[in-house]
Amino acid sequence: MNDLFAVLGDPALQQNLLRQTGEHITLSLAAVGLAILAAVPLGIVLTRLERFAEPVMAAVSVLQTLPSLALLAFMIPLLGIGRTPALVALFLYALLPILRNTYTGLREVPANLREAGRGMGMSNLQLLRMVELPVAFPVILTGIRTSAVMVIGWATLAAFVGGGGLGDTILTGFAMVSTPHILAGGIPVTLLALLTDFLLGRLERAGTRQART
Amino acid sequence: MVRFELVSKVYPGGQKAVDDLNLEARKGEFVCLIGPSGCGKTTTMKMINRLHEPTSGRIYVNGRDIMQMNPVTLRRQIGYVIQQIGLMPHMTIAENVALVPRLLGWDRARQEKRVNELLPLVGLDPATYRDRYPSELSGGQQQRVGIARAMAAMPELILMDEPFSALDPITRETLQDEMKRLQHKYKLTVVFVTHDMDEALKLGDTIVVMRSGKIVQAASPDELLRNPKDDFVAQFVGRDRTRDVSLLKVADVMIRPVTIGPEHGLAEALVLMKKRRVSSLMVVDEDDRLLGFVTPRMIEKVRRGRVADVMRPDIITASPETPLQEAFERMFLAHLDYLPAVDEEGRLVGLITSTTMVDALSQALWSDEGESE
Repeated sequence: MNDLFAVLGDPALQQNLLRQTGEHITLSLAAVGLAILAAVPLGIVLTRLERFAEPVMAAVSVLQTLPSLALLAFMIPLLGIGRTPALVALFLYALLPILRNTYTGLREVPANLREAGRGMGMSNLQLLRMVELPVAFPVILTGIRTSAVMVIGWATLAAFVGGGGLGDTILTGFAMVSTPHILAGGIPVTLLALLTDFLLGRLERAGTRQART
Repeated sequence: MVRFELVSKVYPGGQKAVDDLNLEARKGEFVCLIGPSGCGKTTTMKMINRLHEPTSGRIYVNGRDIMQMNPVTLRRQIGYVIQQIGLMPHMTIAENVALVPRLLGWDRARQEKRVNELLPLVGLDPATYRDRYPSELSGGQQQRVGIARAMAAMPELILMDEPFSALDPITRETLQDEMKRLQHKYKLTVVFVTHDMDEALKLGDTIVVMRSGKIVQAASPDELLRNPKDDFVAQFVGRDRTRDVSLLKVADVMIRPVTIGPEHGLAEALVLMKKRRVSSLMVVDEDDRLLGFVTPRMIEKVRRGRVADVMRPDIITASPETPLQEAFERMFLAHLDYLPAVDEEGRLVGLITSTTMVDALSQALWSDEGESE
């Protein structure tokens, strides 16, 4: 413990940690943001094209079963090193929970709401915007929450391909066989993940409170 | 308002849900579609707002062929109420009610105003309910909102798909009454699907009984009760319900009259009326032969004397064998409240009053519900 405080006392490390935390957050946000932009529309499309739903979902599941380190390594020949391969790998990881929950959430919108909406003269787009998405929102948000927490954890691996983030300090810790460094990088990651989980959980409950019938 | 011309609906797989149907709902008419499940009543109704589309035939709403209209535009002109209510859980009551006006692009102020008009119409206080969410309301209140929502854009036609069947009996009765009142007040044309004959008889101007995609009989409630077209309709109406109405005789419902002899005093007559709580007495001799009748008004004019002095002998009677319907007509034509029944020898055997008549009829109509179902 004392070692940890000694290490943390180093102004250079403090600065590094601050910068890396910023990188970590940016990288995770970008990956989850892109995943939302891709997976939510894809999920919507799949509810309209039911027969593609299973194959697409299976393909995305395969991506997630790949060991994360392997996926990262796989990115290097394709995209080189740096932020891009890290971002792409994390993005691919984040897809599945969001896609699956969007698809399931939309399919679970009660048929009577759809019928009422259509019967009152909503176009397909209006039905989606005014009924289906708002009703499925808590479920979609759960998917986003799962993805976000996962991505924050796995973003530490970005350091292996030069993607930056708090993983850098952890790697330094490995190289120097210094537990304090590993902790100095690891603890903020854990805190970030917990905080994200808490905040999105709050948002989800706010959404569900209204949505029960 | 709504007209079906030779409309059929065949589902993929060849099952014929609706078979060469002709039907008309006039403006301001309350039409109930009724029949066992799978008879095509719901499909028929849902073809009107194109939630189902006919395989062949034509459907006209307000004289326009609906297949030539944009379904979205069509639906916004037609109110729609479903059994599962289907209020949007993420919208407040006010937002739910204003949904169609919003789709039609009304401005906010007009939407607000309409919501504040509509909620009281269905018995909900706007100040209390407008900002609540559906989950905070009881089933009955939710369906009130459902009705308000259907009426929001002032449609002339409202489609209702078993709207009250999931509610408890008391709430159901109340909402039926209110729906009938609203329909009258705003001269709405309503097409109402139900499987509950009591509901259809109560609400419908016309009841359309369907079976296997065809209309078996379309008639007024009265006609349906009196002349069910076949056994199927009779059974559906409830055989017991119609059992005796047209067969009832005076003897079946007559009560024992309060009588007095002609030799009795007028004061005595008044006391007897008061004691037995009747407004007239039948005057009979010692052989029970009917001589006439006496009322308080006749006594009032004379005050002193005997019943024989004031009674009126000109009395219309019926025989115990007279059909009840005919007896009722006699009473009605002569503006009588009662009609004594006498046998061939002129002996008084009973009395029917307008109250006994109503009791008897309603009993024959409604009392066997439990047995018939």
